[in-house]
Amino acid sequence: MQRYSGFGLVKHALRHHEDWQRQWRNPTPKPGYDVIIVGGGGHGLATAYYLAKEHGITNVAVLEKGWLGGGNTARNTTIVRSNYLWDESAALYEHAMKHWEGLSQELNYNVMFSQRGVLNLGHTLQDMRDIQRRVNANRLNGIDGEVLDAEGVQSLVPIMDCSKRARYPVMGASWQPRAGVARHDAVAWGYARAADALGVDLLQNTEVTGFKIRDGQIQGVHTNRGDIESKTVGCVTAGNSSVLAGMAGLNLPLESHPLQALVSEPLKPVLDTVVMSNHVHGYISQSDKGDLVIGAGIDGYNGYGQRGSYPTVEHTLQAIVEMFPIFSRVRMNRQWGGIVDTCPDACPILSKTKVKGLYFNCGWGTGGFKATPGSGHVFAASLAKGEMHPIAAPFSIDRFHSGALIDEHGAAGVAH
Amino acid sequence: MFHIYCPYCEELREEEEFHPKGQAHIARPEEPDACSDEEWGDYLFFRDNPRGIHHEMWLHAVGCRKFFNITRNTVSYEILETYRMGEQPTVGAEHLAREEKTASVQAAEGGQQTVGASDAALASVKGAQA
Repeated sequence: MQRYSGFGLVKHALRHHEDWQRQWRNPTPKPGYDVIIVGGGGHGLATAYYLAKEHGITNVAVLEKGWLGGGNTARNTTIVRSNYLWDESAALYEHAMKHWEGLSQELNYNVMFSQRGVLNLGHTLQDMRDIQRRVNANRLNGIDGEVLDAEGVQSLVPIMDCSKRARYPVMGASWQPRAGVARHDAVAWGYARAADALGVDLLQNTEVTGFKIRDGQIQGVHTNRGDIESKTVGCVTAGNSSVLAGMAGLNLPLESHPLQALVSEPLKPVLDTVVMSNHVHGYISQSDKGDLVIGAGIDGYNGYGQRGSYPTVEHTLQAIVEMFPIFSRVRMNRQWGGIVDTCPDACPILSKTKVKGLYFNCGWGTGGFKATPGSGHVFAASLAKGEMHPIAAPFSIDRFHSGALIDEHGAAGVAH
Repeated sequence: MFHIYCPYCEELREEEEFHPKGQAHIARPEEPDACSDEEWGDYLFFRDNPRGIHHEMWLHAVGCRKFFNITRNTVSYEILETYRMGEQPTVGAEHLAREEKTASVQAAEGGQQTVGASDAALASVKGAQA
């Protein structure tokens, strides 16, 4: 792998940028691998990378039915934070946050991680009580956080309407300074390039059409490019996880919903942090390119079409204009949808299944992007050892029968 | 935006009058105390999540405030029927498979490539059974 550096850039400039190396190979499938990862999004590519990097398992294939990072990795609003209420999820998302902080150096790929802070606004007394509880819980778990009052919020975001005149006046917020945003595509590409350099085969346009299972043990997968053998298969397929589980005769407690996002025309720098509000229900940040990146809740019905409904767009923009009257005449440029697999307790599933050797990493719902490095890291450790990593263990699918749910619905500023 | 026919109001109304309320036709266990953890967890948390035909409950929230059922395709979002509580759907997963099969045969006669279409039909049926 050609390392990227400032010096390299100058060198390539002198050669008119004509001999940049391809970022990854385009191999043909081998008959078998030690581990197969189904799904070439951020989580799947991160899993493959950590398998090769930390566990020395380099005979790995990532099967992707489309192109790398073309699903929810390409469709999210790029927010990274770890201020979750419960110990189990705080551990998981903070594990990811620690990886984010050195990720560009580790991958030798600029993921443009910008720790510009995240505000979760409170508009009611109950919001503020929940915020205080969550910030205290975060601090006990070693996660940075502060409770701000309305003046504190106003001084951080001068353009926001924090006056008493607002329909839902801002009473305060939780503030996580280490949180921020990252360039979503670069995360997928960086992991893909680093995994490929370690020998992982990234197989695009390779769709899994079924599983080979004998005596309750996974033997491999059927694909549109032929059968591929492996005794360990990890499925990291977000919105299509239920479909894949169905092929293995499994049922998952997931429902797939469309989640939308939209971006405005580019503006001069006006917003230097991330603002989220559960109460008026919208979140917003400004990308380095200048466009406002806006998101909100899922469409309430199940859907696999990667688009959302117009009323949801309308409600989202109502919330944004409520918070930022200054944006009332900004025009929106593009709008799109992704398919998020939501769990009843709004926490992911990282789990073994009844089929030996078949693992699932899914159910991230609306907030999977922020967890990409941590999710890949603990899932890789679980696949390598055959035992779930201690951070992943509480997220077993068994919790829906034992009752040990991790109820982050509403608790963690999860915007639903 | 959906235009939904409310089987009680007997009128087409806009999506914003309605709320989706999840999978339809889930029967509460007759004797909850006699359920195993497995059965109770399945009843509470496990839902069908088909890529294809889905039966779901909706509430006409700002209309007649009644619950009713919709059969809908979760890929094309096409609403295939709406019917009252207590009634059974007339459109199911077999319907979709049959429809797409016919479509792919027609395409074949027209000299079009059919591989993608039949794969999609297969995937939908598998999803519907999940």
